[in-house]
Amino acid sequence: MAKEKDQDKILQKYTQNEYKYGWVTDVESDTLPKGLNEDIIRAISKKKNEPQFLLDFRLKAFRHWQQMKMPDWAHLQIPEIDYQDMVYYSAPRQKAGPKNMDDVDPELKKTFDRLGIPIDEQKRLAGVAVDAVMDSSSVKTTFKEKLAELGIIFCSFSEAVQNHPDLVKEYMGSVVPYTDNYFAALNSAVFSDGSFCYIPKGVKTPMELSTYFRINAANTGQFERTLIVAEDDSYVSYLEGCTAPIRDENQLHAAIVEIVAKDNAHVKYSTVQNWYPGNKDGKGGIYNFVTKRGKAQGNNSKISWTQVETGSAITWKYPSVILMGDNSVGEFYSVAVTNNHQQADTGTKMIHIGKNTKSTIISKGISAGYSNNSYRGLVKITKNAENARNFSQCDSMLMGDQCGAHTFPYIETENMSSIVEHEATTSKIGEDQIFYCNQRGIDEEDAIGLIVNGYAKEVLNKLPMEFAVEAQTLLQISLEGSVG
Amino acid sequence: MLQIKNLHASIEGNEILKGINLEVNKGEIHAIMGPNGSGKSTLASVLAGRDLFDITDGEILYEGKNLLEMAPEERAREGIFLGFQYPVEIPGVSMMNFLKTAVNEQRKHRGQDPMKSSDFLKMMREKKDLVEIDSNLTNRSVNEGFSGGEKKRNEIFQMAMLDPQLSILDETDSGLDIDALKIVAHGVNKLKSPENATIVITHYQRLLNYIIPDKVHVLYGGQIVRSGDKDLAIELEEKGYDWLRKETTNQ
Ligand SMILES: Nc1ncnc2c1ncn2[C@@H]1O[C@H](COP(=O)(O)OP(=O)(O)OP(=O)(O)O)[C@@H](O)[C@H]1O
Ligand SMILES: [Mg+2]
Repeated sequence: MAKEKDQDKILQKYTQNEYKYGWVTDVESDTLPKGLNEDIIRAISKKKNEPQFLLDFRLKAFRHWQQMKMPDWAHLQIPEIDYQDMVYYSAPRQKAGPKNMDDVDPELKKTFDRLGIPIDEQKRLAGVAVDAVMDSSSVKTTFKEKLAELGIIFCSFSEAVQNHPDLVKEYMGSVVPYTDNYFAALNSAVFSDGSFCYIPKGVKTPMELSTYFRINAANTGQFERTLIVAEDDSYVSYLEGCTAPIRDENQLHAAIVEIVAKDNAHVKYSTVQNWYPGNKDGKGGIYNFVTKRGKAQGNNSKISWTQVETGSAITWKYPSVILMGDNSVGEFYSVAVTNNHQQADTGTKMIHIGKNTKSTIISKGISAGYSNNSYRGLVKITKNAENARNFSQCDSMLMGDQCGAHTFPYIETENMSSIVEHEATTSKIGEDQIFYCNQRGIDEEDAIGLIVNGYAKEVLNKLPMEFAVEAQTLLQISLEGSVG
Repeated sequence: MLQIKNLHASIEGNEILKGINLEVNKGEIHAIMGPNGSGKSTLASVLAGRDLFDITDGEILYEGKNLLEMAPEERAREGIFLGFQYPVEIPGVSMMNFLKTAVNEQRKHRGQDPMKSSDFLKMMREKKDLVEIDSNLTNRSVNEGFSGGEKKRNEIFQMAMLDPQLSILDETDSGLDIDALKIVAHGVNKLKSPENATIVITHYQRLLNYIIPDKVHVLYGGQIVRSGDKDLAIELEEKGYDWLRKETTNQ
């Protein structure tokens, strides 16, 4: 029918030019040969001039990984990955840890300018300090000195290894051990860079800290680690963004984020994940297999995860909180959009250990095209978690009838004083809703934008201002023309 | 302003509108009445551009333009407003954001700049007073959790905000209590001007005591079987639709 043809046209128009970060930077890089073995791991460690303990950690992780099998419990179709046919280290060639802008390769500077993440402090984003990471290394961290005045350490992971090895040694792997899962083990063996952030006692960060991850090189995996340690009575709001070029072959991104929050500390971690999702036929795109976990170790500590997931061909990620301290709080706010042939299996784990611990889970899935979108969440109340509370709400929205939405909530309660509430809804984006908007003069694209942003509002409201607008636009762009 | 000529529309092969002819001029109020399922809402939907229906014959001219070639949002921007029989809920989208988007789309269409926030708020206040709608409603999400009557009032409020040329009100009076009915009618009368026109679809003659129509039409089995002045509505109220059925079968 004429109508279907129109929709095809719209669909084509948007799926063909929706991803605006798909270009490649022409930059000379320092690249190790393909393949994964102990020699490669030693070579990475050597390039980064690492202390022995770190090399030992990597090798232990690698040996462990070799014994492991890729997990197959997620609701995902993951093609065979050839781990020997991949590059594990590729860094844009530049002077180590550039001190000022003149030392940064102009091509790299241009890249981040074009991504809307100027690394030149003159042009900086108001109130955001950025660690800009491309492929295997950090290009530049802004506002380092200003933050240092408050005792805040904000730098690339590699620099932390050189300048603060004790902190790295103490906390790395303390939340996500290398034995945790297949991809965590792989990351622990081959990780190349990432961000490090240490907030001393009583300090509230005066600006948003952020890491921007960019994959550029072909056939290269990106394996970064982020470690955030918040001492007593501190506060930090952390943002993470990511993009990658359009390529026909899939690329692997397996990251680890670890957060430690001590007494009364509050860490807010927000992600806008926009890795290349593949084309409309499902060719190419990033495999995003990420382990994110926070340890709310101190009494009255709080860790909040907010994520807007629009990119990647496959997403496998469960940002979690271990609620150890009494009265500690864990939050997970998520919007996951899948379109075309994207797949996502994402959710959270809230492990209640301390007394009077409280967790909130708000998950909003949106599926369009031929995509599959699953929420998977575990709420676990252990024996001693007196008066633990959880509230979970998992909503799914379907656009068209070729896509799937699934919910897998797991609840394990060992303490009878706890209260766990779970609500779930599934809705279809209504043609009648779109028509209602049309009738008020609002076209289809804007109508979808309005409706989807309204649906995801509870989550979007949790994002820092700097990201909220970008996230709203991204939601709309990811879904335009996909109504069936 | 509006000319409908021999309009035929069907859905999934079932013909619902079977040759409608209707002419509406500036400054006029037309009432359309007719039994359930006779095609009143279908006609309203077709005018607004809902693509569920296939137009198999006929034409519609709006201000001399071929209406059937225009997208629904274009029709809206050109001044056609439909007060829905069943207004739709859009969770999480504030009335404010929704109306601001709508008003600014209309302005863009006319080559005007977006409205300043302060002006927009002022307009909201004025129109709220005009249609006597509760501020609480306009602070909520579009129709979400509104009662039936509140939804209808909200339609009139949106009509006031958008100041349309041609308003089609599909049973806006159903579900309203008697006070609300008067308020809605009052709103329609206040918004009336020599430049615009209104089509009210209703089942109840009583509404027409407050909104005095220039013409009354009876839609029956997908056709307009009779047109007259406001007395026709009174006659219908007394006799029901049965006498028309007899008449049409006699013809
Ligand atoms: N989406 C649809 N699918 C199938 N049939 C439809 C659809 N919409 C309308 N119809 C049919 O078209 C006919 C006319 O419906 P319409 O809603 O226009 O009637 P109406 O005159 O507005 O009735 P009411 O007074 O009950 O509001 C009915 O028989 C109805 O079942
Ligand atoms: Mg009707």
